[in-house]
Amino acid sequence: MFKLSYKAQRLLILFGFLTIPVLLSLTFSYYPALSLLYYSFTDWSGLGWDMNWVGFDNYKEIFTRPEIFSVFKNNAYYFVGGLLQTAIALYFAVVLTSKLKGRNGFRALLFLPYVLHSVAIVIMFKNVYHAEYGSLNLFLDAIGLGSWQQEWLGNPNIVNFSLAFISLWKYFGLSMVIFIGALQSIPADLYEAAKIDGASGWQSFRFITIPSIRSVIELMMILTLTGALEAFDIPYIMMLGANGTATFVSKTVDMAFKFQQAGLASAMAVVLLLIVLVFIVIQRKLLFREGK
Amino acid sequence: MERQNKLWTFVRYLSLLVGVFVVFFPIYSVVIGAFKTQVEYYQSGMRLPENWFNFDNFRRVFKVGKLGLGFKNISIILVVSVAGNIVLGTMVAYALGRFDFKLRKPIMGMYLVAQVIPMITTQVATFSVIKFLGAYNEIYAPMLLYLGADVLQIVIYLQFVNSIPKDLDESAMIEGASLFKIYRSIIFPLLAPATATLIIMKTISIYNDFYTPYLYMPSQKLRVVSTAIYSFVGPNAAQINVISAGILIIFIPTVVLFLFLQRYIFAGVTNGAVK
Repeated sequence: MFKLSYKAQRLLILFGFLTIPVLLSLTFSYYPALSLLYYSFTDWSGLGWDMNWVGFDNYKEIFTRPEIFSVFKNNAYYFVGGLLQTAIALYFAVVLTSKLKGRNGFRALLFLPYVLHSVAIVIMFKNVYHAEYGSLNLFLDAIGLGSWQQEWLGNPNIVNFSLAFISLWKYFGLSMVIFIGALQSIPADLYEAAKIDGASGWQSFRFITIPSIRSVIELMMILTLTGALEAFDIPYIMMLGANGTATFVSKTVDMAFKFQQAGLASAMAVVLLLIVLVFIVIQRKLLFREGK
Repeated sequence: MERQNKLWTFVRYLSLLVGVFVVFFPIYSVVIGAFKTQVEYYQSGMRLPENWFNFDNFRRVFKVGKLGLGFKNISIILVVSVAGNIVLGTMVAYALGRFDFKLRKPIMGMYLVAQVIPMITTQVATFSVIKFLGAYNEIYAPMLLYLGADVLQIVIYLQFVNSIPKDLDESAMIEGASLFKIYRSIIFPLLAPATATLIIMKTISIYNDFYTPYLYMPSQKLRVVSTAIYSFVGPNAAQINVISAGILIIFIPTVVLFLFLQRYIFAGVTNGAVK
């Protein structure tokens, strides 16, 4: 077998190993992002390739048509749910890193929803929330709280809470495991020193735990925020965006694929992309402030 | 102090039990519903099913819901995408981790920036790319997207590559091994722990993905599990007890993965967060 010099091999490896991945990334990340920007200035319908340049018309439409921009208030439910999720996850993470029998078992049980199939979860909750035969109302009745029964999906004042809860149910185990990882990396002697100094459990939580995992908490906040902005499958699968549950992304998807207004949808996507980027830049700034 | 500790222990266990109850309440409803007949479902409420060996719903859901087809299609997509991901991911990590060249920094930066673009927002434009490539409504569409999209794995692999001592490469070179052989026989096998984690995480995320197959493969023949169960809602919805059986079947694969490979999943989740 003939042998190539290492210099030639190196070139061959670099070229052979990187070309396809780089092409994939350019084709499916960068090109779409750039063409999205272009489409957002056109009246493209999404069918065929005919389009006319319309300048900022699509952007004007987003900010002036109240039914488009106002759907962000539905995303707010997912943000509130996400904050609650982060708090609950942190609580359980603290509990599960303390001395406790069976903590690995509890960790696995609480994490389980994260691995369950996302569409199946939504449909499962559709049955749980069913006003007449749903197990939630049946359960409330059985424990004597029949007056708390609700039309969980039918009542427009409640439906978004019901949907945001599904997201909380699915993801709090994930946040919890991430927090557990962060908590375990705090050196134990910090707590021992605090104990010798007479600190209470709450004081060591407040002055040792929280500062040590601040960057993880910040990261979770940003993930919560961007996750809430991108909320899509739960309302889309459950309600098809009906009953006032459309989120910004589900509205975008409808605009592009149902109403054939791909130009306007592209502009909506660009707006969302910019908002998400702003938050990510803020997060990076926060990280750098701590010199990491 | 002693009493306070006891109270705290009580609170901890109580809250954990409440948490477990909230997690398992909906799952319990699905499990019991799956074994009930239609009449029984509407009459028996939360009670256990009369007959745990009533598999009618499972048979129905496979037939009506075309779940078999869904499992077949998603398996094909999974094997190709995950294998491709692992091969491409390790190759990129080897090239970026072991060699210094002019385009190294730009390529790294390219991956890091791409990670920030939320995929869901760019679907409108990705859609036209897929159409242009002629992959629309073909099984390659999701394969291509799953292959090209993920970046996180490169970051994880890079960490591993950097932790493999360079001496290993050098002594192999002294013995005359080619660079490709070093990749194949040294680097790739030593990345195995990361590969195990990534295979599992990728499998779960592709199996769970809804919008990619929904947008890019509307054809009936190309149903995957996500789109098959999606058709249970909507106007032609099946009965709730049959749907419950479907949900239960769809839950099983990832639960089994999780039960046996917990360690890797937790490792993947924690690694992913600190990227």
